[in-house]
Amino acid sequence: MSETDSLASIQPPENPARRRLLTWTTGVVGAVGAGFALWPFAASWKPSARARLIGAPVEVFVGDMEPGQIQRVQWRGQTIGIMRRTQRMLDDLARLEEKLADPESATEQQPEYARNAHRSIRPEFLVANIHCTHLGCIPQVLPEVEAQPFDAEWRGGFFCPCHRSRFDLAGRVYRGVPAQLNLLIPPYHFIDDDTILIGVDPEGAA
Amino acid sequence: MAKPASNLSKNVQAVGAWVDERLPVSKTWREHLTEYYAPKNFNFWYFFGSLALLVLVNQLVTGIFLTMFYTPDAQSAFGSVEYIMRDVEWGWLIRYMHSTGASFFFIVVYLHMFRALLYGSYRKPRELIWILGVFIFLVLMAEAFMGYVLPWGQMSYWGAQVIISLFGAVPYIGEGLVEWIRGDYLISGATLGRFFALHVIALPLALLLLVVLHLVALHEVGSNNPDGIEIKKNKDARGRPLDGIPFHPYYTVKDLFGVGVFAILFAFVLFYAPEMGGLFLEPDNFVPADPLVTPEHIVPVWYFTPYYAMLRAVPDKFFGVVVMGAAIFVLFFLPWLDRSRVRSIRYKGWPSKIMLALFVVGFIRLGMLALGEGTPAQTLESRIWTVYYFAFFAFMPFVTRMEKTKPEPERVTK
Repeated sequence: MSETDSLASIQPPENPARRRLLTWTTGVVGAVGAGFALWPFAASWKPSARARLIGAPVEVFVGDMEPGQIQRVQWRGQTIGIMRRTQRMLDDLARLEEKLADPESATEQQPEYARNAHRSIRPEFLVANIHCTHLGCIPQVLPEVEAQPFDAEWRGGFFCPCHRSRFDLAGRVYRGVPAQLNLLIPPYHFIDDDTILIGVDPEGAA
Repeated sequence: MAKPASNLSKNVQAVGAWVDERLPVSKTWREHLTEYYAPKNFNFWYFFGSLALLVLVNQLVTGIFLTMFYTPDAQSAFGSVEYIMRDVEWGWLIRYMHSTGASFFFIVVYLHMFRALLYGSYRKPRELIWILGVFIFLVLMAEAFMGYVLPWGQMSYWGAQVIISLFGAVPYIGEGLVEWIRGDYLISGATLGRFFALHVIALPLALLLLVVLHLVALHEVGSNNPDGIEIKKNKDARGRPLDGIPFHPYYTVKDLFGVGVFAILFAFVLFYAPEMGGLFLEPDNFVPADPLVTPEHIVPVWYFTPYYAMLRAVPDKFFGVVVMGAAIFVLFFLPWLDRSRVRSIRYKGWPSKIMLALFVVGFIRLGMLALGEGTPAQTLESRIWTVYYFAFFAFMPFVTRMEKTKPEPERVTK
């Protein structure tokens, strides 16, 4: 047997158990190391500190809003509508229930603290992500009670021009329209009587 | 006897055979790894080829990720680098891996080239491996230079100003050439844009192609070794070199160990001294580019300093550039300048050994002198070493031919 033969890889190792142990420990330690090395690269795709700063909670002053008025703010690139509802609007909510797909807000489209008849913390103020839950268009706001081409008994609400989905003034979706879900209620809370902070749950809420 | 194969392994084998009939996977694996015989006497100096490959991969991967966050625009380039360093998750690590990797690339490549000088790895039949290697070195220098411009700091800007101005030394067309390279009447966003494209696409592609050719040429003739003798002269009955061992697993395991040691050193610099006291990343480059103010102390990054010292040593613009270019160009002729009967320094005579030692000392001294302030003594020393740099090559044919060499052994030694 020549010198090369004793070195060639086809020869079985002298101590196979030790060889196996060494191969496996090297492989496993190497794989763990490679995994750790991959993490920074994967993590660099997460929103950067700048993006997170831009996505920070938004403070909205609502002290000067007239009843029936709506204002829009941007939070994380989403349009958040804040509407001060009149007593008439709130009274209508209960009367509309039979026309709605999910009047009880059974689907998790709102934090637990907004899962009520008016889908908000304070009944007056609706705070909702007003992108249509069908394909993301921004619906028109038609708050008045007036006959509409799509609904002769319109009691006010949101109407999406893209595919004609309709929502009431609590953001609940009508039955028989393309959208299936109520408008999303973002996390928010009142810092004081006149100021809302969008993006942060009230203290104590999950 | 082998156990009867299970259904699963039979299926795996069938898939393997199907692929092999269409794509030479196992053939390539055998020819370049398990049945590629490398001399069994490789030593420390043989780590640096595989390490250069490792650093190349590091540069490609970190570079791809940096490209995702960097903006090649004069107004926002500097800010986007700060953004990477401060806002992008782990961005500081990825950028420092890239900048530290650049310096380590040159450390590894210089040591790899020194190995070739030591053992005559450029000699027949390996001339093309060497020449391709010099091309890799050239592309690497262009790549490093353009990469250094991208952060658009003061050193980026003024470094680019100096290097691009060198082309102005070309007679007649010089000025037009400089304007064409800059794409403007000064270094500007136009320059930055083209350097970015060359740095992230054109030069890496050229580098990869050259590395592939370098390796194909290497595997065609086989590796040299510290004794500088051909292992293919002594073969066993099955045609395998008696002094060769299969690259896999023997050298893959050896190289893996080298990777481990390298990674420790690399991590140390990366985490404790990524700027290396201003050698890897110069302090002035943490100031945004300003076309109105030149930094007080302007020197290139360390890996260019030996050549920069030669430029400074020559008291004439055009001739200085010629000397600097010739310093690289002369490397192409090395395979034909060495006329020794032996390849390895082990069997060459004392004159060759002393000349190579002085060459290394001179190269390092030149690098150090370029960082100095340019006192008359330093200028004089730079001139001496510059002359010696070329003398080393000029006298090589005569010294290697005439000196007394030791006989080469029949078989490789320890």
